[in-house]
Amino acid sequence: MNFPAIRAIYRFEMARTFRTLTQSIVSPVLSTSLYFIVFGTAIGSRMGEIGGTSYGAFIIPGLIMLSLLNESISNASFGIYLPKWSGTIYELLSAPVSALEAVLGYVGAAASKSVMLGLLILVTARFFVPYSILHPGWMIVFLLLTAVTFSLFGFIIGLWADDFQKLQVIPLMVVTPLTFLGGAFYSIGMLPPFWQKVALFNPVVYLISGFRWSFYGHSDVNVVLSASMTLGFLLLCGVAVACIFRTGYKLRS
Amino acid sequence: MNDSSHLTQQAVSIRGISKTYKGGFQALKAVDLDIRRGEIFALLGPNGAGKTTLISIICGIVTPSGGSVTVDGHDVLRDYRVTRTKIGLVPQELSTDAFETVWASVRFSRGLFGRERNDAHIEKVLRALSLWEKKDAKIMTLSGGMKRRVLIAKALAHEPSILFLDEPTAGVDVELRHDMWQMVRGLRETGVTVILTTHYIEEAEEMADRVGVITRGELILVEEKDVLMRKLGKKQLSITLQTPMQALPAGLDASGLELADDGATLIYTFDAQSEDTGIADLLRKLAERGVDFKDLHTLETSLEDIFVSLVRGAP
Repeated sequence: MNFPAIRAIYRFEMARTFRTLTQSIVSPVLSTSLYFIVFGTAIGSRMGEIGGTSYGAFIIPGLIMLSLLNESISNASFGIYLPKWSGTIYELLSAPVSALEAVLGYVGAAASKSVMLGLLILVTARFFVPYSILHPGWMIVFLLLTAVTFSLFGFIIGLWADDFQKLQVIPLMVVTPLTFLGGAFYSIGMLPPFWQKVALFNPVVYLISGFRWSFYGHSDVNVVLSASMTLGFLLLCGVAVACIFRTGYKLRS
Repeated sequence: MNDSSHLTQQAVSIRGISKTYKGGFQALKAVDLDIRRGEIFALLGPNGAGKTTLISIICGIVTPSGGSVTVDGHDVLRDYRVTRTKIGLVPQELSTDAFETVWASVRFSRGLFGRERNDAHIEKVLRALSLWEKKDAKIMTLSGGMKRRVLIAKALAHEPSILFLDEPTAGVDVELRHDMWQMVRGLRETGVTVILTTHYIEEAEEMADRVGVITRGELILVEEKDVLMRKLGKKQLSITLQTPMQALPAGLDASGLELADDGATLIYTFDAQSEDTGIADLLRKLAERGVDFKDLHTLETSLEDIFVSLVRGAP
């Protein structure tokens, strides 16, 4: 195992985050704060409780997930796309680094960043709404699993993309709608029966539901199912990345 | 050649390497080549000849379609960790981490190639390349020549024993070019094997111990530079006449003498290595026949002339 290489990639990627602090940390925190002000404080105060939780508190897990998914994908996809775009990828390709080591470095850094961000949003939320976390251990597990899974997913997008538009299209056109429709701002139980069934095809429903369970102890779908779905998606992304490296897809000609 | 001598002499051994890209372009056709340990080897060839593809295969960036490459006896595909650790690559394109500082970028390279942090070594490399003053500068603020130096520093950060320089002095001013040659010679003295591709013939002529000429994916010649220059190089004596002549005077139509510039110049081609070049004899004969001349000088075939004739003559 080339540990110095994993460390070098990880440090390099983390340094990029702190160099672009405004873009990486401040802007997601700011936009999440706006959500809390609008949905949590302004509109939320006129809405009833959901499953015994105030609306402001109810949306916290969903909002964290929203940021976590977007940031994991954009961090990881940008991290590997940038060297491809600038041409510095030659160095990674000519280095004694295995696929696993490259993934550990890039995906590890992307996931670390989004976990940090998720925790930062959690702290920010405290300024707007009171909340409690029933299962903090599980909360961290869901946070980590989701961050790693979607960083892997972002890594795949970054490998696949050959222009900036492709880099943006999946987060914008697929992930954001799925997150909004995945129960970030409402309970699936509030939908008409038909749409409740449709919603079960949305993988994000399971992520948000499980994560929300770790906060308040109630969920839209069974928590074991949530955890299994998250693990399943992690496995899927892992296999996809392994296949990509084995075939040299879009990296080695 | 038995295996042990093979191991000790050859830094890189290439056997039957071919590469056909998707879309059918055949960049390399069964290339065989041995690079000796500690030499400076220049790979010459026109654009698109396959130089970069060959280097990229050795370094692991391009997967070959056939054949094998060993570095210090290790296969570049099977034992990639061993071979890549030994190799440093300076690419042709100025691809840099624009937003990083010189120091961070060079340090990253060292780690990436599996080496533990060693600030003293990085400082040594940066100083040798006159980059020390710029260590905290963002790479995007540097000139093209300085960026080239950064790429060299990155390639040397992990102390490789084999250095590939792909068109190292493309777009580099004369002063920097000479600095770079100096640096390459210094590296060779420390035992580093250097393989450079170039289409500046002057570079190969100045630096290389051996020269390989590649064109259309085929290695058409590998030779010691001095032998090549001796074998294919020739010298000419150019005599500018006082009065142009219609034809060579009788007794002067010896082999090797010809009229040029509409009769204004005599060109005498001779073998510079031979005992008797025939120059003294020729000048005496000219004097006897009352042929006056106002200037004379000798010309030597450059490696460039040899290269052009080789590439033109290639199938």
